Amino acid sequence: MTQSLQQGLSHSGLSATRAGLRRLWRRYPLSLIGGFVLISLTVLSVLAPWLAPFDPFEMNVVDRLREPGEEYFFGTDAYGRDLFSRTLYGGRISLLIGLSVAGLSTLIGLLIGILAGYSRSADAVLMRIMDGLMAIPGILLAIALMSLARPGIGVVVVAITIPEIPRVVRLVRAVVLSVREQVYIQAAIATGTRLPRLMLKHILPNTLAPLIVQATYIAASAVLIESYLSFLGVGTPPEVPSWGNIIAEGRLYVQIAPWNIVCPSVFLALMVLSINMLGDGLRDMLDPRLQTRVR
Amino acid sequence: MRQIARFFLRSSLILSVMTGLLGLFSGSTGSLAQDRDKTLKVVVHANLQILDPVWTTAFITMRHGYLVYDTLYAVNSKFEPKPQMASGHEVLDNGLAYRISLRPGLKFHDGSPVRALDAVTSIKRWMARDPMGQRMNSVTASIEPLNELTFEIRLKEQWGLVIEALAKAANPAFIMPEKVALTPANTQITDPVGSGPYIFVKEEWRPGSKVVYRRNPDYIARNEPADYMAGGKRALMERIEWLYIPDHNTALAALTAGEVDYFEAPPLDFINTLERNKNLKTVDIDPLGTQGLIRPNSLYPPFNDIRARQALAHLVKQEDYMRVVVGNPALYKPFCGSFFHCGSDNGIQLGSEPFRQPNVDKAKQLLKEAGYNGEKIVVLQPTDRAQYNAATMVLIQSLRRAGVNVDVQAVDWSTLLSRRASRNQPEQGGYHLFITTQGGPDTAMPVSNVWFNTRCENANPGWACDMELDAMVAAWSRERDPLARRPILEKIHRRAWETLPYVIFGEYTQPIAVQANLHGIVAAGMPVYWNIERK
Amino acid sequence: MLAYVIKRILSTLPVLGVVAIVVFLLLRLSPGDPAAIIAGDNASANDILQIREQLGLDRPYLEQFFGWIGQLITGDFGYSIYLKRPVLQLIGERVEPTLALSLSTMAFAIVLAVPLGVLAAWRAGTWIDQTIMAFAVMAFSVPVFLIGYGLVIQFSLTLNWLPVQGFVSIHKSVGDFIRHLVLPTMTLGLVYTALLARITRATMLEILNEDYIRTARAKGLTESRVLVLHALKNASVPIITTIGTGLALLIGGVVVTESVFAIPGIGRLTIEAVLQRDYPVIQGVILVIASVYVVVNLLIDLSYSLFDPRIRF
Repeated sequence: MTQSLQQGLSHSGLSATRAGLRRLWRRYPLSLIGGFVLISLTVLSVLAPWLAPFDPFEMNVVDRLREPGEEYFFGTDAYGRDLFSRTLYGGRISLLIGLSVAGLSTLIGLLIGILAGYSRSADAVLMRIMDGLMAIPGILLAIALMSLARPGIGVVVVAITIPEIPRVVRLVRAVVLSVREQVYIQAAIATGTRLPRLMLKHILPNTLAPLIVQATYIAASAVLIESYLSFLGVGTPPEVPSWGNIIAEGRLYVQIAPWNIVCPSVFLALMVLSINMLGDGLRDMLDPRLQTRVR
Repeated sequence: MRQIARFFLRSSLILSVMTGLLGLFSGSTGSLAQDRDKTLKVVVHANLQILDPVWTTAFITMRHGYLVYDTLYAVNSKFEPKPQMASGHEVLDNGLAYRISLRPGLKFHDGSPVRALDAVTSIKRWMARDPMGQRMNSVTASIEPLNELTFEIRLKEQWGLVIEALAKAANPAFIMPEKVALTPANTQITDPVGSGPYIFVKEEWRPGSKVVYRRNPDYIARNEPADYMAGGKRALMERIEWLYIPDHNTALAALTAGEVDYFEAPPLDFINTLERNKNLKTVDIDPLGTQGLIRPNSLYPPFNDIRARQALAHLVKQEDYMRVVVGNPALYKPFCGSFFHCGSDNGIQLGSEPFRQPNVDKAKQLLKEAGYNGEKIVVLQPTDRAQYNAATMVLIQSLRRAGVNVDVQAVDWSTLLSRRASRNQPEQGGYHLFITTQGGPDTAMPVSNVWFNTRCENANPGWACDMELDAMVAAWSRERDPLARRPILEKIHRRAWETLPYVIFGEYTQPIAVQANLHGIVAAGMPVYWNIERK
Repeated sequence: MLAYVIKRILSTLPVLGVVAIVVFLLLRLSPGDPAAIIAGDNASANDILQIREQLGLDRPYLEQFFGWIGQLITGDFGYSIYLKRPVLQLIGERVEPTLALSLSTMAFAIVLAVPLGVLAAWRAGTWIDQTIMAFAVMAFSVPVFLIGYGLVIQFSLTLNWLPVQGFVSIHKSVGDFIRHLVLPTMTLGLVYTALLARITRATMLEILNEDYIRTARAKGLTESRVLVLHALKNASVPIITTIGTGLALLIGGVVVTESVFAIPGIGRLTIEAVLQRDYPVIQGVILVIASVYVVVNLLIDLSYSLFDPRIRF
């Protein structure tokens, strides 16, 4: 895996990348589009402070519920705040939540999964806990978790992360278990390779591909679940304009000021769609066998 | 290609059968049409969970109370107490005894007659719980039945508000059967038997979704026309269904589609849209309106200092709040400077003059004088109550403009209710500011306006503390002559704008929205369901 | 076989124990106070203190937990703090709408997704496949409540075909029962359809490359026979597994859908209970849902041998 990456890099030259891109385009057009959309959305969000024409928090009560137009591209919300600016800033929050949940849950899941796959005694306990967590529907668990602490991005991230962990653990554990049985690992163990080295050299690389794919799906679903939590009134605080939050606040006006939910929704759907498309492509690229795995 | 077609044909067979069934059934609702005509379907603002209107002050339980119970007295639209279950009363012994008689023939839902003993027991239970009842209790020597239909209240000292208290519109003294009313006041009753115009149908109660009432065939309505809470409560609908639809969008759609008849609290931004719809109309049932208030916590700095509370008042531009909370300019006044409802007889605005226009510089200066130096000010923001949430947003922005270091703590309403009761330091689970609303004839009187109570420890959360003001209110309540009350009221109002138990952020109207074919809706300050018919 | 069944059943017990602990801890650590909510909109601090004591909310956590477990074992799920009614009775009243919505959604999704998935796999790489998969990805990317609002505006407000909200019991009127379920089912079903279609396609793709399929085709069996009798039958195990594990996803969606369409089901009950900190109800609901999840997946596990004769216990 690392080797092939290095090879790829050493070949790099402009013509080579262009050819590579063309080949990618032919084989995985959807994931390329997905990647492109995702990057654009990310750039827009990151550059929000420079791109946004208004302060996303500034209420201008005289200008409430303005239609989209020259001054306000996406119109204004019920507080007279500029929806375009809010949508740009919202992207940062939603992206942050997607990335943090994906990162945190894969990291924690990886650790627990390796532990469970490696030690039979830990396995029994850990997997029972994971089964227990799996049995509680994620949204219910997140809702219940949300009532624990002051709402904030951190709490939302934790609440969405916890229900995702068992899925990662199962995936990692399965890979570890199958890798363990391989002859070369058995040989490595027999020759006295130490555990950390074993992990780093053999187990980790094998789990990486499915993990990356899983992480993209988790990121996509985290962005969606955040919007569900906001919809149900237990999401990020209203001070933090995530997309889910903007939609939840604007949904009351769907009949008289539909732009309140249309604009952020399009962005939200585009983001989730692009991550999913990218994930599908990665899955096919990294390991065709993965197609059968439950997403 | 032919194979694809065949494949699809086979696999979608079940789907088409389902669709066919659907078409078949879509026309089959006609048989229920007649029941529908005599049924009033109401979207209520909250979920009815507690059936004891004395034990809880929740508005939804109070409205339930008005359906299943009746009161001895009730106020009319001039806020004069009128007999309801009572046939009349005599004042004896120079105002120290009230002898009240019941109308004959009244019955509880279980068929037993309403007796003086039931009324006495119910009043006693209510006096143990309600703030105005407690005031009455402190001046009451005894309440005893004299015979089946008459009872007597004896006072220790003169108190001008006995009949007003019994006629109180919010959290009133509902009359329950004696065996129910014997329940201690701090224990919930669960038996919803009353003598009111509607009967609670327990079997069909689905908390969180649906409450059903049926007409009480034995109810004897008074002959006078319905007028606010007073007059004849004629139960014209056979059946009333309360639906709790928490998603306002869904509720609006259901009203537009004619699935429900009556929407208790339509979002105010939609009033114009609803009025344009020929099948619907909006009705203003609350002549007094709703008062929005910002409640400072008087236990801790800076708001334990009068000057900080005055600074807060200097920051409020009511019109900004109203634009965001209400939107439609027809539904609010740009400024209301009365603690007791601008539209009521007590609606004087004395003392409010310096606060008509916001003055940020003055506010900054006052805050400084009060010793405020950039400490965190904790504001509780209820995210699941649209109007409160909106007002809090404006409050936060105005505080920040004045250089206040605001710590916004977003919570759901239920958490806010428990947070606001906490006497802890603001940084340890307490708070500095929160927003709420109140309304109705209770707000219009200094003695029954619950947030105006300034008895320190015994006041509502926020613990407004001004015993001098409270002494004035007590003096006002002892005075029976309306003319002599006026100067006391003026003194109270001036004082209140100085010590500020709370800051008003506006007064507005919350109309209801109903199907255009509903008639006879009573403007009673809150949704009541008698007198309504479909034409 | 029997030994395996018993072992599987016993293995669910620790899972349920973990669920119970998680649920209990979750809720007792939360800051909201049911006593304050019960007391009402204009209550004083003293009232609230009194109510706390009455409800036993001031006792130590450990005492509360073991008290609760002890009750659970005797089948007593406790009483709702607000409604003073048994939790199981409350859940029982709400089962019908949720069950109806879940089952109709599953039926809708299976009827739609399996043929779509098979078709996509069969015509893999063509525009048919790409269209179906594009739809599947999209259905996954749009929030459920937006789909719901869209359907309501189109089918209820514009076309006036179907009711906006609510639920009618099947005992009252079969027609109304179905009419009220159509939009919620479509709303929730799309996501589930997408999930199942993807799995079906992926599994079928693999199987269609197997030797025995080629053999079957070589024997001259009709294409539909090959697809359904040979391929789909073998693909059924992963598909059914997904239906089972997707149950958690489905219930999450049910919560949102019930909110959009004001359906008085278990999802609404849970949200109301969480917002009001009605501990016994939340604990009961989550425990019941988790048990259902565990039992359904147990049954699915055991049913594998029916669908795939290669699996023996």
